[in-house]
Amino acid sequence: MSAPRPGAPRPLEKLALSLKAYPTLLRIGLAEAVAYRTEMLVWMLTLTMPLVSMVLWSSAAQGTRLGPERLGSAELTAYFLITLLLRLLTGSWVLWQVSEDIRSGTLGQRLLRPVSPLVVYTAEQLAPLPLRAALVLPLALGLLATQARSQLTSDPWLITAFVLALPGAWAINFLTMVLLGMMAFYIDSAAGLFYAWMGLYTLFSGYLMPLSLFPLWLQKVSDVLPFRYMLDSPVKMLLGWPIAGGARDTALGRGQALTSLGIEYAYVAVLALLVVLLWRRGLRRFAAFGA
Amino acid sequence: MGRLSGLRPAARQYGRLLGLQLRVSLLAGMQYRWDFLAQGAMQLVWLGMSALPLLIAYNARAAAQGGTLTTTDISGWGFYPAAVVFGCFCLLKAVLDGAVNPSLLSVIDQIRKGTLDFVLLKPADAQFLVSTARFEPWHVIDAAGALALIALAVHRQHLATGAALPGGLQLGSAAVLLCCSVLMLYAVWLLVICAAFYVVRIDNLSYLFSSLFDFARWPRAVFRGALQVVFTYVLPLAVMTSFPTDALLGRLRPWQAAWAVAIAAGLLFLSRRVWRRAIASYTSASS
Repeated sequence: MSAPRPGAPRPLEKLALSLKAYPTLLRIGLAEAVAYRTEMLVWMLTLTMPLVSMVLWSSAAQGTRLGPERLGSAELTAYFLITLLLRLLTGSWVLWQVSEDIRSGTLGQRLLRPVSPLVVYTAEQLAPLPLRAALVLPLALGLLATQARSQLTSDPWLITAFVLALPGAWAINFLTMVLLGMMAFYIDSAAGLFYAWMGLYTLFSGYLMPLSLFPLWLQKVSDVLPFRYMLDSPVKMLLGWPIAGGARDTALGRGQALTSLGIEYAYVAVLALLVVLLWRRGLRRFAAFGA
Repeated sequence: MGRLSGLRPAARQYGRLLGLQLRVSLLAGMQYRWDFLAQGAMQLVWLGMSALPLLIAYNARAAAQGGTLTTTDISGWGFYPAAVVFGCFCLLKAVLDGAVNPSLLSVIDQIRKGTLDFVLLKPADAQFLVSTARFEPWHVIDAAGALALIALAVHRQHLATGAALPGGLQLGSAAVLLCCSVLMLYAVWLLVICAAFYVVRIDNLSYLFSSLFDFARWPRAVFRGALQVVFTYVLPLAVMTSFPTDALLGRLRPWQAAWAVAIAAGLLFLSRRVWRRAIASYTSASS
């Protein structure tokens, strides 16, 4: 499949083709999201875990302040609300689509189109975001404004860093999900891998609690893994907390935000490369038992 | 009188039927022996991981207040009682995932494909048949883990505070209340499933219920204001895990026990009524 055949578009032409088709792909994706809007709303309501954590942690901080950051109930409430918001905006479940396409063979139909399936997947995953945001943002911003207004940073640099971190967080999510889905080229069911991955994610991303409340050695582990750059770090940027822990400190926060962004996008680059390489290898195998 | 004498053979018949369904599920599960063990081990890892926030929260609070794990409380609940609540949550979740979820989820599929007709034709109660259709036996492993956790926490509480170990009355009432919780879960689930007769795409409604159930993992005192009222009286999540814990620790008031039994009976009755109506209005896939 990867070897250029006579008459097949050359890489540059292919890129131009993809760019031309992209707006249409996005429009189709959005139309589909609108068609299944109730389903999406129900799916969004299933993300209760940050709220479950919030209930416990704001009670635990009642009348005292926890950890090296001296977190009170208000801080923890703000942390989990932003966590919820981020999860809704950067989450991606493309794994099921990819593995289903490979297993059932519908990938063959996708391959017939002139645009690479990988590009189509990104469009399908990005398209519903405006609708998701429209459903979530009013509620989340309302809650943040009433419950945690004073907790958010007002530093323009940190807010910029937060905004810049969002596409990266989305990309890490998307790429790892594609990678896991592509395991269907080799093994029967990717579900076990997915759950193991989700377990690690839940633990090391700051989904259950701010990572600075972890024992020190677990924090060290989480620094190396990609998970915290998808959640904990961006959240801390918006709150103005230094990413390595400690009380709110804008100057320190700025420097650490920059480092964190650097690591985040390095992960994006490595993962993107891995996806493209493994995708080619996988396709050869797919063609082998398909044709 | 005549009705009663007819009840016993019926009970025996359904008992045999349940045994058969269980055996089929067990055989199907044991075909993949390694899978069985791997899934069980995975569940235990999950159990340990989801207990982590509780441990860290109590430790952080203890450190902030200069106390120890055993003297610290969150909203009036000590660490060990909270651990018992968490154990009850894990136990209920194991029952839910192992015995309630798989069967009822397959109903949704059958409605969509139209194969529910075959179930309705069988000479046994349809609700019984669909509720016992599938079990996932490896959840026995995490249920055992949850029970061990409960026992450990109760024992530690006894060592730490000198509270008496639960006697027969406490154990019995806790067991009854846990059974009530399972019945509540089953009834609420059945109500969700009944919605599938009217709205066809409902798969994620089932996830919605599972994720709402996550709120039951903490003692009910951590919920404040409206949430506490909702979780005690409307969607009795707090009742399901906190009441059995209170019973085990010998501090449940009789009216609370009565309330739990009443909700379970009420929900069961309601779900049975709704199921009957839903089945009556079900027109199968062809018409």
